[in-house]
Amino acid sequence: MQIQLNGENTQVTATNLTDLVAELGLEQRMIAIERNMEVVPKSEYTATVLEKDDRIELVHMIGGG
Amino acid sequence: MSDVFKVGTYEFASRLIVGSGKYKDFETTKLATEASDAEMITVAVRRVNITDMGKENLLDYIDPKKYTILPNTAGCFNAEDAVRTLRLAREAGGWDLVKLEVLGDTETLYPNVVETIKAAETLVAEDFQVMVYTNDDPIVARRLEEVGCVAVMPLGNPIGSGRGLANPFNIRVIKQRANVPIVVDAGIGTASDAAKALELGADAVLINTAIAEAKDECMMARAMRDAVRAGRGAYLAGRMPKRAFASASSPTDGYIWD
Repeated sequence: MQIQLNGENTQVTATNLTDLVAELGLEQRMIAIERNMEVVPKSEYTATVLEKDDRIELVHMIGGG
Repeated sequence: MSDVFKVGTYEFASRLIVGSGKYKDFETTKLATEASDAEMITVAVRRVNITDMGKENLLDYIDPKKYTILPNTAGCFNAEDAVRTLRLAREAGGWDLVKLEVLGDTETLYPNVVETIKAAETLVAEDFQVMVYTNDDPIVARRLEEVGCVAVMPLGNPIGSGRGLANPFNIRVIKQRANVPIVVDAGIGTASDAAKALELGADAVLINTAIAEAKDECMMARAMRDAVRAGRGAYLAGRMPKRAFASASSPTDGYIWD
């Protein structure tokens, strides 16, 4: 399925957010996900089913002042 | 005597807040942060690079259990992006104490205060504890306090400029009229700038570039730590008055020629 992941059209096999995090190998990272402009709590990752052309933002913390 | 730095529901012994940007590597970030004795460190929120994630992450070096992580909204130019960014940060780490900065211009990085106030109102309504970067404008500082920000952080000079305090008088005026902590954020270039900010009454300083771009980052981190302590001590001690003319330090009688 094609989704828009961090601004790029991306093909993924995952069908929910738990699987997407695993597919990207980010299980150990402190991340957050926004789906179509709404933040998704971690507790809802599995229940959040991906739909074609979903806009997913996946962020982490980096150095900054 | 305990001299606690209180921000919202948080309490700190250190009055030095550090940034984590611009370091040459994570190891230096960690060592300089340790050397600074800071307890609070800012971080930025960015997209994960899906195609090149790298093996390591900042938070592998800066332990969120040891430090209070202060997510920022650096790079945001409107209220909506700033609010989205901090909602994501709170979800990522559970952090409610945040640094709001909404910029107005890429060259000066001066704050857009209209958008800053708008974002602050939304964030306060969503129970964030907002430390807000702003101009050294006493009217805007008071407005941000009224909106419910837990700390107001006027700039000393533009971000990353290292030019010290452009308007010390305004920092003092902002502090005198404030009921929330005042943190000088941006512009500190060297230890004396930090000491000066605390002497003026600022409750803390936020420093990134001055440490990260020093030739010896850890040595500068220690210098900043000491300067902040010295400035705070001088402020609490209460400085002597300035006089127009000399006032002899030795007794003016009992001379051998009298």
